Amino acid sequence: MSAETLIARPDVVSRNVVPAAPKMSIRGLDFHYGAYHALKDISLDVGERRVTAFIGPSGCGKSTLLRVLNRMYSLYPGQRASGQVLMNGEDLLAPGVDLNMLRAKVGMVFQKPTPFPMSIHDNVAFGVSLYEDLTPRQMDERVEWALTKAALWGEVKDKLKQSGMALSGGQQQRLCIARAVAVQPEVVLFDEPTSALDPISTAKIEELIAELKSDYTIAIVTHNMQQAARVSDYTAYMYLGELVEFGETDELFLKPKKQATEDYITGRFG
Amino acid sequence: MTDHTNKQFDADMEAIRTGVLTMGGLVEKQLSRAIGALENEAAEGLIDAVGADERQINQMQVHIDQLCSQIIARRQPAAGDLRMVLTTVKITNDLERIGDEVKKIAYKASSAESDKLVRVRFYDMVRAAGLAQRILRMALDAFARLDVRAAVEIVDFDDELDAAFGSILRQLISYMMEDPRTISASIEIVFMAKSIERIGDHAKNIAEAVVQAVKGTDVRHRSAAEIRADVETP
Repeated sequence: MSAETLIARPDVVSRNVVPAAPKMSIRGLDFHYGAYHALKDISLDVGERRVTAFIGPSGCGKSTLLRVLNRMYSLYPGQRASGQVLMNGEDLLAPGVDLNMLRAKVGMVFQKPTPFPMSIHDNVAFGVSLYEDLTPRQMDERVEWALTKAALWGEVKDKLKQSGMALSGGQQQRLCIARAVAVQPEVVLFDEPTSALDPISTAKIEELIAELKSDYTIAIVTHNMQQAARVSDYTAYMYLGELVEFGETDELFLKPKKQATEDYITGRFG
Repeated sequence: MTDHTNKQFDADMEAIRTGVLTMGGLVEKQLSRAIGALENEAAEGLIDAVGADERQINQMQVHIDQLCSQIIARRQPAAGDLRMVLTTVKITNDLERIGDEVKKIAYKASSAESDKLVRVRFYDMVRAAGLAQRILRMALDAFARLDVRAAVEIVDFDDELDAAFGSILRQLISYMMEDPRTISASIEIVFMAKSIERIGDHAKNIAEAVVQAVKGTDVRHRSAAEIRADVETP
């Protein structure tokens, strides 16, 4: 690369020069588990086709925030959110929202791989069959497409009829990612997607996240700060239910604005 | 700043900090010896000592660089810690280069023909070297206290040293034009003056590194006014 290119295109060095349009706009979000006030007046934008990471110590509310984004919390009584989460101009917290359609648009991958006790093919096809009426051939194509997106196709294409439970942990997690992308969502939420995986599987998932962001908006919760630094474009640091700092990852990990953020990311916390 | 949860991390960071200060102290001692060589004709023992200092300075640079590599590999420092490790590598590099320049000054001082002209010019050189010594001391103090305001002052002092170098050069040029027999001795002096001027530049680099470590802004290649503005911004 020539010196001229480097100077003219700082984005070659710095990853996030192009600001993204917000895909989700969180505004004045409060969340309660019964009497416990778990999220306090959170406002931030999740950029379209960008990776936004949420970091913070245990109990800071980062997973709770993620669970609000596809209204996972609505499954449980006594949990309530107020404020707004706007996506495509629609408030996801509004009472009339069709939760099934919402979860098709906002997919989620969990900490522990959760394949269904069925074949690899059916694991991916199951969700799709709930939302779309595809011919068997179309379904096969969709399964192949999703498994390819999840970088798993090459490893499983000869054993699609085998149980998803027989795969390794890293493969199971990629199967879950394939399942999430198969319904062609707009946003994929990752809740600690690699904390149960070995370093090589972790690297594969991180690589996958980098590829998926060209098509999807991604929000990831992670305990691993280096992982947030590696995979994300934007990082939010949360503490005790509050958003302490939110900004470009490069900036936040090199020169955070708040002392509290600096203390956390440099290991001076508590 | 509070301590790391991991105490060994604190110890590692403290090791590179004291390493830089020890190395800086050594460079200061070496520079005093070189100034001694400029002032005193019969300075044979001093020259050997300056050479020995330089070898020790080189070893310290290698040692501190290794510590910095280990911190990066083992601890993945972020934010202020990362900036401190990166600037430490830069500062040890500048200190090592100062050690080289000081050695050149001392060796040339001992080999220069001690005719009257050379002695007279040495007087200006001692003054310039004294200024370089002061700037180096300020830079090391700024690092020790992470004092960005002191770092800014160094930039002004470096301009003064550059002016002193220009003045020595002009005087020597007029000598050389008046009497071409002084050319070879004068050229030796030009090299020594240049080395002194370079010490100021390296000290300025150290000061800029301190600003980067503390403020996180890269102030290299900026004017003194711009650096001052950056430092004043909270």
